[in-house]
Amino acid sequence: MIASLFAAQACAPSECFAVPANIAFGICALLMIGAAIKVVTETNIVHAALYLVVVLAGVGVNYLILQAEFLAVTQFLVYIGAIIVLFLFGIMLTRAPMGRSDDLDNAKLRPAGIGAAVMLLVVLGGALLSSFGETHLVFSTANSTTALSDAVFNQYLIPFEVVSVMLLAALIGAIVLARRD
Amino acid sequence: MFAIDPLLESVDGSAVLIVLLKVVVAFAALMIAVMAMVWFERKVVARMQNRLGPNVAGPFGILQTLADGVKLFFKEDLLPREADRPVFRLAPYLSLVPAFLVFVVVPLGGDFSNDRHGVVSWFGKETLVQVADPHIGILFVLAMSSMAVYGVMLAGWSSGSKYPLLGSVRAAAQMISYEAALGLSLLAVLLNSGSLSTNEIVSGQSGWNWNLWATGVVPFIVFFIAATAELNRPPFDLVEAEQELVGGFHTEYSSLRFALFFLAEFMNTITMSAVIVTLFLGGPNGPSFGPGWLQAILPTVWFLAKLLVFLFVFVWLRGTLPRLRYDQLMDLGWKLLIPLALGWFLLLAAFKIGQDEGWNRAVVGVVGTVVILLGALLISMAVGTARARRAAVEVEA
Repeated sequence: MIASLFAAQACAPSECFAVPANIAFGICALLMIGAAIKVVTETNIVHAALYLVVVLAGVGVNYLILQAEFLAVTQFLVYIGAIIVLFLFGIMLTRAPMGRSDDLDNAKLRPAGIGAAVMLLVVLGGALLSSFGETHLVFSTANSTTALSDAVFNQYLIPFEVVSVMLLAALIGAIVLARRD
Repeated sequence: MFAIDPLLESVDGSAVLIVLLKVVVAFAALMIAVMAMVWFERKVVARMQNRLGPNVAGPFGILQTLADGVKLFFKEDLLPREADRPVFRLAPYLSLVPAFLVFVVVPLGGDFSNDRHGVVSWFGKETLVQVADPHIGILFVLAMSSMAVYGVMLAGWSSGSKYPLLGSVRAAAQMISYEAALGLSLLAVLLNSGSLSTNEIVSGQSGWNWNLWATGVVPFIVFFIAATAELNRPPFDLVEAEQELVGGFHTEYSSLRFALFFLAEFMNTITMSAVIVTLFLGGPNGPSFGPGWLQAILPTVWFLAKLLVFLFVFVWLRGTLPRLRYDQLMDLGWKLLIPLALGWFLLLAAFKIGQDEGWNRAVVGVVGTVVILLGALLISMAVGTARARRAAVEVEA
């Protein structure tokens, strides 16, 4: 699944706004695709999580190439610094298997997985190409963090607040479900 | 200033040379500082424990670190049979690289008074005495310090042995817990400075207008305690508690790989002290006097002086305080530091709005404190009721 998502990103060529940026994107995309494939094929669960780190870091690097510094650093902070650390923490707290775990790979479902990946690739790639295929990005040194915060806290303030309330509800719900008292 | 421009498209050749020069100088300076810090810590702790400390290699034993480095370099590199080899080999570097990278955004010198923003002129080029000044500077520090947990976690897991694993599980829980307090106390600084860039934060503190008192000391104390925990330094060194876990996450490491962990630990101490100086003590800001050459280096001297204070305090804490128990550690982080930092942040935000709207400061302070205390009371009542109910259920069962 993840593999297909990022493969789609790699397949939709960002229009040439700069040659070095495109080269950097190409290298990054290749690394990400390789790592994403390893995430699903690796039979050692900690290694799989580490390959997922590579994929997520690749997304962060892509943001950097697109000059979205704030998004990039948030990607590193949230996904790599918190979510995968929690994954690893959960793995180590429960089982911490060292070698390969054979139950991680389900050979029977492999064709279904590949089919779903290809379908997602076509849908996402098509959507990206049709909506952003003609967009040309311009190089700018403007502070994108300011623009982003202005947008979030003015134009999109209500959706932002709604999302935060939803997350809070999910948090409380998780505690209620887990504690049972 | 320089936006993040990884492909260096907007700069010319000499600017690239200056960047390279800054990188090399920062790297070398940090390495030398780490060597000095190892010696400093051993010497000061020794004095506090009424010992002599290193005194053989060189004058005052100052070359002790070098001797230790050579020794570790020539030792046999052991790989445990049960180890997960690729991860075992990778972990020391995951620990070292973030420690280096944080140093990149710390302003090390330059004149920040009179809106000069620390710009200095080198070889006819205007530049800053810091390797990079991205708009998101301080978030970069947070991102890197959250990355540092990987080295410790994976080292413990990949050793294939129980004590390192216990150490790394402790490390993960501790670092995740205290990151929240670290971030929340940082918010007070950001609210006061109105910028994420380290350069802007330091500029805003020129002329003794330090964030230390501008944010009311409390965020500084919370940040300092959280930083100590984040560094896994005593009294929060449960990760490598010798009495319980042999050596903690690096029990199975030897030779150069162990040296890398050691290096990363001291480097983290130095960079975290530098970050505290930058955030709360005005970085290179300080009185300026004397002839031109003195004025040029004074900011760096002030920076180093402030840095040294913190390095000494870290060593002092190690020499003085006993280690916390694990439940005390978690209580301190979740029940004290996070609510305190959050409440203080809300209060500062209220003051800020009051300032914009022209309200009376005293009224804002009283109303804000009362509201926050009421909220705290409600939450503690809710928690207390739930706990009492649970206790009652347990008694019945």
